[in-house]
Amino acid sequence: MSHAPGSYYLPNPSAWPIVGSIGLFTLLLGFVLFLHDGGTGPWLMVFGAAVTVFMLFGWFGTVARESESGLYNTEVGVSYRISMMWFIFSEVMFFGGFFGALLYIRQLSVPWLADTDLLWPGFTGGWPTAGPEGAVPIGPDTPISNPGQFSTIGAWGLPFWNTLILLTSSVTCTIAHHALKEDKRMKLIIWLAITVALGFIFLVLQGAEYMHAYQDLGLTLGTGVYGSTFFMLTGFHGAHVTIGAIVLLVILVRVLRGHFTPENHFAFEAGAWYWHFVDTVWVGLFIFVYIL
Amino acid sequence: MATVADDHHDHHDHHPTGLIRWITTTNHKDIGTLYLLFSFAMFLVGGAMAMVIRAELFQPGLQIVDPHFFNQMTTVHALVMVFGAVMPGMVGFANWMIPIMIGAPDMALPRLNNWSFWILPFAATLLLSSFLTAGGGPAAGWTLYAPLTIQGGMGVDLTIFAVHMLGISSVLGAINVIVTIFNMRAPGMDFMKMPLFVWTWLITAFLLIAVMPVFAGAVTMLLTDRHFGTAFFNPAGGGDPVLFQHIFWFFGHPEVYIMILPAFGIISAIIPTFSRKPLFGYTSMVLAVAGIAFLSFIVWAHHMFTVGMPLIGEVYFMYATMLIAVPTGVKVFNWVATMWRGSLTFETPMLFAIGVVVLFTIGGLSGLMLGITPADFQYHDTYFVVAHFHYVLFSGSVMAMMGGVYYWLPKWTGHMYDEKLGKLHFWLTTIFFNITFFPQHFLGLAGMPRRIPDYALQFTEFNVISSLGAFGLGVSQLLMAYIVYKCVKGGEKATDEVWDNPEGLEWTLPSPAPYHTFETPPVIK
Repeated sequence: MSHAPGSYYLPNPSAWPIVGSIGLFTLLLGFVLFLHDGGTGPWLMVFGAAVTVFMLFGWFGTVARESESGLYNTEVGVSYRISMMWFIFSEVMFFGGFFGALLYIRQLSVPWLADTDLLWPGFTGGWPTAGPEGAVPIGPDTPISNPGQFSTIGAWGLPFWNTLILLTSSVTCTIAHHALKEDKRMKLIIWLAITVALGFIFLVLQGAEYMHAYQDLGLTLGTGVYGSTFFMLTGFHGAHVTIGAIVLLVILVRVLRGHFTPENHFAFEAGAWYWHFVDTVWVGLFIFVYIL
Repeated sequence: MATVADDHHDHHDHHPTGLIRWITTTNHKDIGTLYLLFSFAMFLVGGAMAMVIRAELFQPGLQIVDPHFFNQMTTVHALVMVFGAVMPGMVGFANWMIPIMIGAPDMALPRLNNWSFWILPFAATLLLSSFLTAGGGPAAGWTLYAPLTIQGGMGVDLTIFAVHMLGISSVLGAINVIVTIFNMRAPGMDFMKMPLFVWTWLITAFLLIAVMPVFAGAVTMLLTDRHFGTAFFNPAGGGDPVLFQHIFWFFGHPEVYIMILPAFGIISAIIPTFSRKPLFGYTSMVLAVAGIAFLSFIVWAHHMFTVGMPLIGEVYFMYATMLIAVPTGVKVFNWVATMWRGSLTFETPMLFAIGVVVLFTIGGLSGLMLGITPADFQYHDTYFVVAHFHYVLFSGSVMAMMGGVYYWLPKWTGHMYDEKLGKLHFWLTTIFFNITFFPQHFLGLAGMPRRIPDYALQFTEFNVISSLGAFGLGVSQLLMAYIVYKCVKGGEKATDEVWDNPEGLEWTLPSPAPYHTFETPPVIK
């Protein structure tokens, strides 16, 4: 539409949303077919994912170009900031559901299951547990000797170092933000690059931890309710770290291309907020999944 | 002034036309219209399924469909009505009215707004395509309780992903509403000057963002339990099927307020106009909505009284539920007080609004009965529950939307709708609605279980009455389609004010409202 300088920017009609819908639909339909051994499923998934990625590049690219060409006034920036805050709130609630499930299982349903002797006589409950028909837990970080056992990952080994890595990355991210506000580009690039690197190091270590769990500890997604909560919580967190790291990587590329000014850098802020959010979730995971 | 503004934009805009216009549009009025049309289409689809249900229940025994298909009908009827008809309908009103009501040029994030809508037809396709798979659609009830949904076929997976897409749509739409209200108000449009409809949507949007992700998490756990060996809802692995019920209703209870709060907003717009008095107790209305929203988070287990909770849980959830009657009572009182000694006229929107106040109150009172734990042990999973939630959902949310359509249709189309037909639509809807659902109270109290395609002989008479009412109710809705179509095509020219000196910025605009409005913010007194 017509756009008067200085007024709230209202975009022209856009095809990106429908492209996104088609991508998402194809991806999910392919997933369903894949789950039911439909031969076309994986192909549909690849196609849908490709279309979705294409949409993300196209849509965010459009937004970045509009932003860099100065179409957005302060009010548009405020809108983006408010929306990012509420988006992160929705993510908090998503993780809240899984944390709530963990709390309910540990504090209520497993003790109840142990209290009733009707269904599974002799089941004593406790935590960790894979349930009355699941594998038997042995101490943390102990390689198992038979398939009827599983072992958990102790908090003070790799998870502790991962905690330090993520917390450090939050600090480096903030340093980069301050550098951006002071218009010190070199400092910004270095600290942002360190942040991204720490994110990917975290993911590599997390991958190594998963390998260790599956190969040596007998701890898998199917290890009863302990395995379910452990892998779903850490897995979704890992997925979010992946997204956050990619976002920061894109921001780094934009910085290298000379985007952003000390006053105008919403995308950087959104990425940084998201990064602090995934770090905070990790602290919750470290306490409730690993330590307690 | 309006024509000037129109010409101005015709020169500058290069808008695609035809289908591409509707697919790519970033205009809040276009998107609002799309939402409303989609909602009505889904209303007919869900309604057709209700007809199947009532046809089967017309007589005892199994006549028309087999029990498995009957279960699919009850399940998908509810999913389609909740996620396809009521929620998108309310978003349609939000899109059309919120920017106008607060003096904004559009929604804050117009492209995202388009996506929020255009996810919906794809999600509906996923959901409805489940009927084509082996095993058919989901048949475990709209609550998708484990362990039944752990067992279903491909249709359950399609439903799970449809829910994911619907969740994305709702969260993005809700973010848009919140940002628009926070950031796009015209200068001088303070929070406590906003029309109540805007307030109800602000709080609804907050509820959506808070609970849709939890629901997404719940169905994700279903998915991994079904296919990836997790044991969230499987006691053999240490899980608990009741956990699903807790997570579902943590979403589900705020969800019912998501569907009713905007309806309250519409009613609060209509009643003052036709009473020719300002809304009574505006501040208390705002506080009541906020109170209802807060309480919605802490009462969920009243849907699960018979599941085997500790006594302390039963008692807590009963008393917390009773509390909801207070803010809801405040609202009903305020609507009645608004009408008190007003100079009332009874145009179609007002008829619907009064119908809602009366019938919703009946639904609210039967809700209180259900909230009493010991009594609920008798009512649980009977037709009393079905009667209750149709009184709040149909004669609450849906009839409020119908009233809203008649109220704002002249502003949207520039024509008056056919008042005689509108009133006929109201009376047919109200009478048939009561014929359909009032007998279900008696059926429920006498012990007829819901979600069962057959029943004992002593329930026959009331079921026959209910089914006849339902067929009448279904057919009557086609009249609404005709009235709206006729109004879009032509009719008496509507004035800018449409009604007798109504309050609100929308009535300062020409009818029909121009494609772009309030590009220069209005002055708020």
